[in-house]
Amino acid sequence: MPKQVQQLDRVIIRFAGDSGDGMQLTGDRFTQESAVFGNDLVTLPNFPAEIRAPQGTLPGVSSFQVHIADHDILTPGDAPDVLVAMNPAALKANLGDLPKGAAIIVDTHDFTPRNLQKAGYAESPLPGDSADPAGAADSPLADYQVHTLDLTGMTVEAVKEFGLSRKDAARAKNMFALGLVSWMYGRPTEPTTAFLEKRFAKVPPIRDANIAAFTAGWNFGETTEAFVSSYEIKPAPMAPGTYRNITGNLALAYGIVAAGVRSGLPVFLGSYPITPASDILHELSKHKAFGVTTFQAEDEIAGIGGAIGAAFAGSLGVTTTSGPGIALKSESIGLAVMTELPLVVVDVQRGGPSTGLPTKTEQADLLQAMYGRNGEAPVPIVAPASPGDCFDAALEAARIAITYRTPVMLLSDGYLANGSEPWRIPEISELPSIDPAFATGPNHASAGAGSDEQDSFWPYLRDEQTLARPWAVPGTPGLEHRIGGLEKGDGHGNISYDPANHDLMVRTRAAKVARVADSLPPLEIDDPSGQARVLVVGWGSTYGPIGAAIRQVRKAGYHVAQVHLRHLNPFPNDLGEILTAYDKVLVPEMNLGQLSQLLRARYLVDAIGFNVVRGLPIKAAELAEVIGQLVAAAEGVIVDLSTAPDEEARS
Amino acid sequence: MTTADLGLPGHFAESHGGIDLVPTSDAPQNAKEYSSDQEVRWCPGCGDYAVLKAVQGFLPDLGLRRENIVFISGIGCSSRFPYYLDTYGMHSIHGRAPSIATGIATARPDLSVWVVTGDGDALSIGGNHLIHALRRNVNMTILLFNNRIYGLTKGQYSPTSEAGKVTKSTPVGSVDHPFNPVSLALGAEATFVARTVDSDRKHLTSVLSAAAAHRGTSLVEIYQNCPIFNDGAFDDLKGPDTKADAIIPLIHGEPIRFGKDREKGLVRDTAPGGTGGVKVVPVAEAGEEAILVHDAHNPDPTTAFAISRLTDAGVLHQSPIGIFRQVERPTYDDLARAQVATAQQPTEGDAPAPEDRLAALLGAGDTWTVL
Repeated sequence: MPKQVQQLDRVIIRFAGDSGDGMQLTGDRFTQESAVFGNDLVTLPNFPAEIRAPQGTLPGVSSFQVHIADHDILTPGDAPDVLVAMNPAALKANLGDLPKGAAIIVDTHDFTPRNLQKAGYAESPLPGDSADPAGAADSPLADYQVHTLDLTGMTVEAVKEFGLSRKDAARAKNMFALGLVSWMYGRPTEPTTAFLEKRFAKVPPIRDANIAAFTAGWNFGETTEAFVSSYEIKPAPMAPGTYRNITGNLALAYGIVAAGVRSGLPVFLGSYPITPASDILHELSKHKAFGVTTFQAEDEIAGIGGAIGAAFAGSLGVTTTSGPGIALKSESIGLAVMTELPLVVVDVQRGGPSTGLPTKTEQADLLQAMYGRNGEAPVPIVAPASPGDCFDAALEAARIAITYRTPVMLLSDGYLANGSEPWRIPEISELPSIDPAFATGPNHASAGAGSDEQDSFWPYLRDEQTLARPWAVPGTPGLEHRIGGLEKGDGHGNISYDPANHDLMVRTRAAKVARVADSLPPLEIDDPSGQARVLVVGWGSTYGPIGAAIRQVRKAGYHVAQVHLRHLNPFPNDLGEILTAYDKVLVPEMNLGQLSQLLRARYLVDAIGFNVVRGLPIKAAELAEVIGQLVAAAEGVIVDLSTAPDEEARS
Repeated sequence: MTTADLGLPGHFAESHGGIDLVPTSDAPQNAKEYSSDQEVRWCPGCGDYAVLKAVQGFLPDLGLRRENIVFISGIGCSSRFPYYLDTYGMHSIHGRAPSIATGIATARPDLSVWVVTGDGDALSIGGNHLIHALRRNVNMTILLFNNRIYGLTKGQYSPTSEAGKVTKSTPVGSVDHPFNPVSLALGAEATFVARTVDSDRKHLTSVLSAAAAHRGTSLVEIYQNCPIFNDGAFDDLKGPDTKADAIIPLIHGEPIRFGKDREKGLVRDTAPGGTGGVKVVPVAEAGEEAILVHDAHNPDPTTAFAISRLTDAGVLHQSPIGIFRQVERPTYDDLARAQVATAQQPTEGDAPAPEDRLAALLGAGDTWTVL
């Protein structure tokens, strides 16, 4: 008898297991299936910095959360509706995030006394395992719908014909779980089958075992009486176009490739591996056919050094890192400021200070990007708002770098880097084209011998509009010149210790960066009623949670406006006017108030911070409460959000 | 883990010289053309003047287009060098010149790339970049001006200063053991390692010629006198009465002998109780046939290293001078460019336009279309 199919508008699923259990792959496959199915989605991978933390322990738990919906959503969701837990530690580590009534699918196989002890359980929390059945109501799982299944045992049984060792057979359990959850939510299976065929093409027994486990999981869902119904989440309406699911790091790498194509420049990436930025290096190393050279340097400083050298030689120089790497590159960024060479510096921010939280997200490098150099060393700063937006932000960073002959800081973060969302694939003709406008001949007439004027090349003679200096690459006859870290004389570019010249050059470098603002479009103010008195200003990856919180406040019937900043330096020309048009300005950030500080300093506005540094995205529901309080204060009304549907429900 | 065969296609497979891919000039050149209009500002008597003159005199002999020559330096007295040459140049930051030069050399096969650095710049703050450039074998020539002192910061001991040296920062003597730059370079598996002296223009020029002709990283240590903070550090190598006993000349294919009457020579010290390296002996005692013949092309750097150990670590009374090692190994930049060039070759017919290939890249993988 076919099972009942229930309609849902959205669901949040979290896959959790040991860091060797393949949870990231499982989550990624479920995401791809959902993307191909046409749902809107947002993901949140969350994993330890250790590659294989001690097995079965709480620090070793790795998880992947995916939020899928039949409508436009902005966040990976505050709390999962479904938890798949592959061992006791995964259950214990994630239980606190679940709302009452959530479904939990547990692989019972690893609920041995030893593993329970490692996870800190005195006795099994699973219903039916309790020594005292009467105490079941006190079970930590009493408030949830718990499905206890021996996923590992069923996997081993399903793959026994392939002759694998018991250990190898058990490793396919993540695919069994994926098959089961795929059945529950009516996901297409072809993409995963095709993926497994390709991934394990060279080891047929492993390939066949994974496909068999995946199929067995699906079939188990269909036949077992443990699940009475499956669920359907219809495709989300989206703007016409061709889509793919994309992570921030992949989109950023593609943006760099696109910048090379659109500028006609070869790309040179100098980089040193660092979490969570390494995937950009990995990706760009595959695109040599686009003229991309990747140089894995001996350290962070050599990475940017190579990029600066390549930029001097006429390439689009790029360096990618995270916060600790930026600290090491600071002096070199200053050199690029002084020599006025185009350079894209990517900082995929992670929790700090020092080594901090390598695999967790944070936005605490804004002030480092802004000020983390000796001297007056202004650098334009661009920040993407979502994983897909990393593509456009990378192109924008390259546009500014090349047009203004300056290093540009591109501030992504761990959440954007590893999180994913559906991305409408752009037409190439929609992308900006970037003109490197190399210098080809002399630009100045100097007094020569006698009364003759001689054509010469002045490397610091500037474009009147952008204040950019000429980019003359080695190999161009007649333009031989020397640049360097010492202060340059205005125009001719020779070493100058003249006090007035230094004052002029410091101000000119600042003015050049400030001129970038003249090339920016007006900010988009999201204030549909026009009656809002509270403005929420964000930057970077808080875009999703801020948007979701604002929707919730509006659904409850209140007014609030939003502006999201892509350019942090210089600020857009119209920002000051916008800020003063509202009674209260709220700045949510995953730091202790860095944008707040910049806005206060620049505009004398009483920016109010909402600051969370937990290594995870801001929770939309918490932010909605804060916005509600500000609306109440600004408008003198009582704000009650409890009647509103939750933040990511369908409008 | 797997390793890939780097089998190089086309001209990358052929060994060629350090400047074979750099465009040449049709017109004759002279030293004046290579002198910039900037006033040279080293202290009177500085050894850097002699090196600058030698380089300005030698570059025209290469016959390259001047615009295809790039000099990169770090920080220190010697690092002002690029300002005085009318080529492309960058005076960068402390210790980082080899990394910047690596980017330039990798991006552009048509440039002759030179690094000018000092003992503090290359061996202290920039030590990491130096050894990695040497092991990678990037096609560039590194001129390491070794004056065994910090000059620009006014006289602190450097990583090549002798132990016990009294300087501003070591009033009762340095307790640091110094680097021997040649030993260090050989240990990093450099493919070209040489040592010369600022005051011997002929030798300096001949070593620079060989270094420029070498494809790969050439390290040339130049003993350079600092008249202000370490005057006379190399006097024994320069004095008419002392130099014959102080300089051990290395000439490929010739027995290694020195002294006023070439009465001293090198032999392997392999007898029981010996060092296993090389030692100086009277030729008369050892016999001419026992004297070590210098082989700079020996693929094994062991003997070159042993010879480098004959350099005094303390006050310099004896030092081998010349080309220690000159061997061929594929360069990093040639290999990196070959991988890019191979990837850019279409599998069949003409390569599609970059825009079309970009569209194909962005649209690859699992996609879906919303109408």
